[in-house]
Amino acid sequence: MDSVRSERPGAGQRIPMALKILIAGGFGVGKTTLVGAVSEIRPLQTEEVLSSAGEDTDDVSGVEAKTTTTVAMDFGRITINEDLQVYLFGTPGQDRFWFLWDELAFGALGAVVLADTRRLADCFPSVDYFETRRTPFVVGVNCFDGKQLHSPASVRNALDLDPDVPVVLCDARDRQSGKDLLIALVEHVAKRRVVAA
Amino acid sequence: MAADTPGHDWLDMDAGPVVRPYTVTGGRVRPATGFDLVAFVVAAPLDRVDAAQLQPEHRAIIEVAQRPVAVAELSARVDLALGVVRVLLGDLLGAGLVVSYEPQPAAALPNYDILQAVVNGLRAL
Repeated sequence: MDSVRSERPGAGQRIPMALKILIAGGFGVGKTTLVGAVSEIRPLQTEEVLSSAGEDTDDVSGVEAKTTTTVAMDFGRITINEDLQVYLFGTPGQDRFWFLWDELAFGALGAVVLADTRRLADCFPSVDYFETRRTPFVVGVNCFDGKQLHSPASVRNALDLDPDVPVVLCDARDRQSGKDLLIALVEHVAKRRVVAA
Repeated sequence: MAADTPGHDWLDMDAGPVVRPYTVTGGRVRPATGFDLVAFVVAAPLDRVDAAQLQPEHRAIIEVAQRPVAVAELSARVDLALGVVRVLLGDLLGAGLVVSYEPQPAAALPNYDILQAVVNGLRAL
């Protein structure tokens, strides 16, 4: 019988290390498409419930009076090896969910900011956010229907990016293209580590 | 998500949740500490768990967490909101039925070898 076993749950099981990468950008720019293109699982969705009651409210009597909204976050997974997994989280597209970004960005390895050159301003808030937080990021210029309307250099200028931030043309629907974006990000992170060291 | 839940003529995704999300926690909304999105949790073996003592949602979490699972993925697989899952995980942690492995803080994040392994792994996909 092993019912007398008393070791902690999970004892003896290998616990992988999970790295978190954010996929950001304006509404409809292809974040979920990109997550789906590179994830080994069909993208999953988790919800956060926003309530008008603050975190210091823990009173059963208040529950019925709260208004709640749910925000869905799409995410995918890539298994590098049995000890290492990468989780890709699409950020909520609307600005009023900024507070969720803080949770998503906490401990994140870095971010991919997807840009649509027809609506470039949509990615300004994401760029600002990661610059302010000093989260490493790359900009992926999503070429819808294979059309490249602007060069990476002009996008870099328009976004006023630091010279070391990679700008990569991509197709969010294409797995190889998505992998290239992630590789560009991780290499960028590695380079910053070396420079900082 | 729940799109493929067994059909019902007038209750679908558009109808919104039929049960208020925090009903399963008895109205407790205070997030348990910890349980990062990518923290891994592992549950005690099912044969050590007295199911009669638990809500169905607790039991569902224990079943999914028989193998190490990230909190975000657990939330998706039991189809409960993150905040709800965190409260329930707090219960289970308190009862010694799960263990949580939080990710390393950002400052201690991966060394060059790990980043290189990620790049190589992505290339090999």
